[in-house]
Amino acid sequence: MELLEAIILSVLAASTPLLIAATGELVTERAGVLNLGVEGMMIVGAACGFGGAWLTGSTIIGAACGIVAGTLLSLIFAVMTLGLAVNQVATGLALTILGIGLSGLIGAGFVGERITPAPHLHIPGLTDIPLVGRILFGEDAFIYFSLALVIGVWLFLYRTRAGLVLRAVGDNHVSAHALGYPVLKIRMFAVMFGGACAGLAGAYLPLAYTPFFIPGMTAGRGWIALALVVFSSWRPARLVIGAYLFGAVTILQLHAQGLGLGIPSQFMSALPYLATVIVLVLISRARTGGSTAPAALGTVFVPDR
Amino acid sequence: MRKILIAATAVLLTAGASLFSASAADKLKVGFIYLGPIGDLGWTYQHELARQALVKEFGDKIETTFLENVSEGPDSERSIEQLVRAGNKLIFTTSFGYMEPTLKVAKKYPNVHFEHATGYKRDKNMSTYSGRFYEGRYIQGVIAAKMSKSGVLGYIGSFPIPEVISGINATILGAQTINPNIKVKIIWANSWFDPGKEADAAKALLDQGADVIMQHTDSPAAMQIASERGKLAFGQDSEMIKFGPKAQLTSIMDNWAPYYIDRVRAELDGKWASEDTWGGLKSKMVVMAPYTNMPDDVKKLAMDTEAAITDGKLFPFKCPVMGQDGKEVECKGGDHLADGQVLGMNFYVKGIDDTIPGK
Amino acid sequence: MQLVLEKRAERSTTIALVSPLIAIGLTIVTMSILFAILGKNPILALGVYFIDPLTDSYSLQEIAVKATPLVMIGIGLSLCYLANVWNIGAEGQFLIGAVAGSWLAVKTQGTGAGYWVMPAMLLLGAVAGALYALIPAICKVRFGASEILTSLMLVYVADLFLDYLVRGPWRDPAGFNFPTTAEFDPVATVPVLIEGGRLHLGAIIALLVVAAATVLLGKTIKGFEIRVVGAAPRAARFGGFNSDQLILLTFAMSGALAGLAGIIEVAGPVGHLQPGISPGYGFTAIIVAFLGRLNPIGILIAGLFLALTFIGGEQAQIAMKIPLDVTKVFQGILLFYVLACDSLILYRFRLIFPSPKVSSGTA
Repeated sequence: MELLEAIILSVLAASTPLLIAATGELVTERAGVLNLGVEGMMIVGAACGFGGAWLTGSTIIGAACGIVAGTLLSLIFAVMTLGLAVNQVATGLALTILGIGLSGLIGAGFVGERITPAPHLHIPGLTDIPLVGRILFGEDAFIYFSLALVIGVWLFLYRTRAGLVLRAVGDNHVSAHALGYPVLKIRMFAVMFGGACAGLAGAYLPLAYTPFFIPGMTAGRGWIALALVVFSSWRPARLVIGAYLFGAVTILQLHAQGLGLGIPSQFMSALPYLATVIVLVLISRARTGGSTAPAALGTVFVPDR
Repeated sequence: MRKILIAATAVLLTAGASLFSASAADKLKVGFIYLGPIGDLGWTYQHELARQALVKEFGDKIETTFLENVSEGPDSERSIEQLVRAGNKLIFTTSFGYMEPTLKVAKKYPNVHFEHATGYKRDKNMSTYSGRFYEGRYIQGVIAAKMSKSGVLGYIGSFPIPEVISGINATILGAQTINPNIKVKIIWANSWFDPGKEADAAKALLDQGADVIMQHTDSPAAMQIASERGKLAFGQDSEMIKFGPKAQLTSIMDNWAPYYIDRVRAELDGKWASEDTWGGLKSKMVVMAPYTNMPDDVKKLAMDTEAAITDGKLFPFKCPVMGQDGKEVECKGGDHLADGQVLGMNFYVKGIDDTIPGK
Repeated sequence: MQLVLEKRAERSTTIALVSPLIAIGLTIVTMSILFAILGKNPILALGVYFIDPLTDSYSLQEIAVKATPLVMIGIGLSLCYLANVWNIGAEGQFLIGAVAGSWLAVKTQGTGAGYWVMPAMLLLGAVAGALYALIPAICKVRFGASEILTSLMLVYVADLFLDYLVRGPWRDPAGFNFPTTAEFDPVATVPVLIEGGRLHLGAIIALLVVAAATVLLGKTIKGFEIRVVGAAPRAARFGGFNSDQLILLTFAMSGALAGLAGIIEVAGPVGHLQPGISPGYGFTAIIVAFLGRLNPIGILIAGLFLALTFIGGEQAQIAMKIPLDVTKVFQGILLFYVLACDSLILYRFRLIFPSPKVSSGTA
């Protein structure tokens, strides 16, 4: 049982940055914008988040720095794709290149430094409950925040008028515009929310996961977050399942190796990706009536005047 | 014309470096190709420290240049040639994957000298050098077996190449001298560098009952996890005590500075020649970080083991070495395995209950 | 007061020609400031980036070598993007092409096989790349699975598959178990064009690909179909075009070109199969495709230009000790400016002063 608890804890931690970043991207994509620059925003969030925490000694300020950095970077993206109607795929990839370079420049000042990792919660009584106590009440606050974030996004999208408008903008920007909604403004906020989440997800790595900064430490997690959004078919609840599934496969393959199951490690490492493809095909197949992708995803919108 | 000029300068330089060293214009240019960013805190960082040591040692006599983050693919040959064309006369290419590109460029520029780390192909103007890291691993095995309460060690591998395999074997052989029933759990990260994954691997190993973590990957993530959990760990490549003040037992540090200083001095004196250097504890290419977080008797044992290996009294792969199947491995080096057998090691010794991936 | 975009009645040809110059001008200004902050002489630094690589034949050759895979992959991707399908897994198709071609090189090693080996390898690479690209295409056509995701996921799978091969079955027996195949035989390598240089036959193949794509898109019915399906899918359906078939076709073509680029890279500049044969060519080529405005000639220019910044960045690291991260920032900023200025071709900027009535309720 202890091993099971330990595995669950590892999975929670491994999934959290993916979940946070993917939640942000989900909102962005729901508004009809495809920002492929998640990896770039994450790594800059990691550098700034670590810098903030290292200078002030505060995890909260670090997280705030990460959020601000991610948001600023996403603003560049917003100006380009919304203001200037530039292709979103190309801009997102360029954003990643810029982000990797920027993070290296920002991070050069504190390579080799370390900070105190984000504290774990301890609620007397609750955290000590056997089996579930540590899982539900004993990890770092980011983990619980990420779940609250998904619930918040779900409520926003499906239970508020603003959420309905955002989805409408993502599905058909021409009609939304005709109805008098400020398409570009809504999209800009959605992009900024995505940037903020990516920045926070990046900051999670040096603040809670491995409390130091190294160039390139996001190691492709931004791309996985992008994949998760599609995997979830743009639904917050499925996103949670997807993120934990991905985290679980990653952690379990490590455990399988430790137990000496003689499967080629490359095959094990490829499993999460193959699983995503297969599950995606199954989901798409089970679905009746076409894709659930936001219909206007990735397309340029320029209001007529 | 330019090529001829370069060649001519090189000849003059090597023939009479002392005559020219007075003039600032004739500084020896030394180039480096790095695999990672200089801030990786591991492999590349150690090479960068050695480069800085060179600058300190020779001051105005040399000028150094490096290219970082050079991928091992098609770009590396160009990067090396760029250094040659920028006038570098001695070039260190610091990763295995640069072997063929270095060889190609070396053939093209016979008057430039090349130093390739961890490879096995040489030429008249191309040396190789590497560290006998397995010597340090043996000591770590001894310490680990002493310090482990559960009798289970956790080992994070990067890729199953001989350097890593021989490290695992040396660890177990060292550990078996203390505890013949020692167990090791091995997880391959399939990456030299992914702090998140290294941390996950360390967690998985600890969760499965290992209480001493050793790694053959580059970041301090595993050290950090061990420290968080109040368990013990060994550093890799560089001093990692900062990341686990209560966890680090010791660390195998790559110490390239003495070698680099030797080679540059030889170049300046016009005495550079192609060589194959495999330096260990004795030549201080492999250095152990201070032994910490252990009782005095273990510390003494570790120091004695280190001294014995340094003096050539103890060989980590002393015959007989038993393979996993319990059969004795052919002993080609007299009373210990020959260097070639260690360099190409592709089997686990008896006591490891696992199989090498891809075998 | 607000800045808005206004669609031009037609593409502005003047701006199409001038916009890259504006972008470069803006980049020069921005980077000069950055260099000045870093304490480097901006004029010297920009000279090293843009001018020095163009002044000797060695650097020009290297630019061509670096641009070859970018252009080939970029052309293939542009076909997909024109048809409005999103293959972002060219990196994986590149690797699989390299693997498939290398299979023949490994199998014929030392058997004294004739000169048919290299052409056969290239063919194998292209076919394998096409087949690998057809996986996401079929998933899309048959099951409606997003090709963006599946093609991206298959990149990682291809990478790990290559890794498995060179660390296991295809490992050079004389190579001390290091993860690489043996060096390919001369008959299994792509020949260099200029003795002593690295410019290889692939560069010519890339030019042929550019020419073929120009003809395909400009002169053939298939090319017309591709563009119509992308630009006006509804009209295409009424016109009786089979969009599923076009998805499969464009994916196969882009996969074939990526695979061909992969095997050319392995059999040319690298000379053996090993992990890390691609420094992200498949992804960089996406940018190349867009920089080139999805036009074959444009892609050729964009590929050469991006290669120039790589070579220039390396020379800046050597000559001026400018960190690699600055080169990345430089590339990012440059791409932003080029893409932003291209927007001027289709749109015109206008400052407007909104009347109070227009303001909407939701904000």
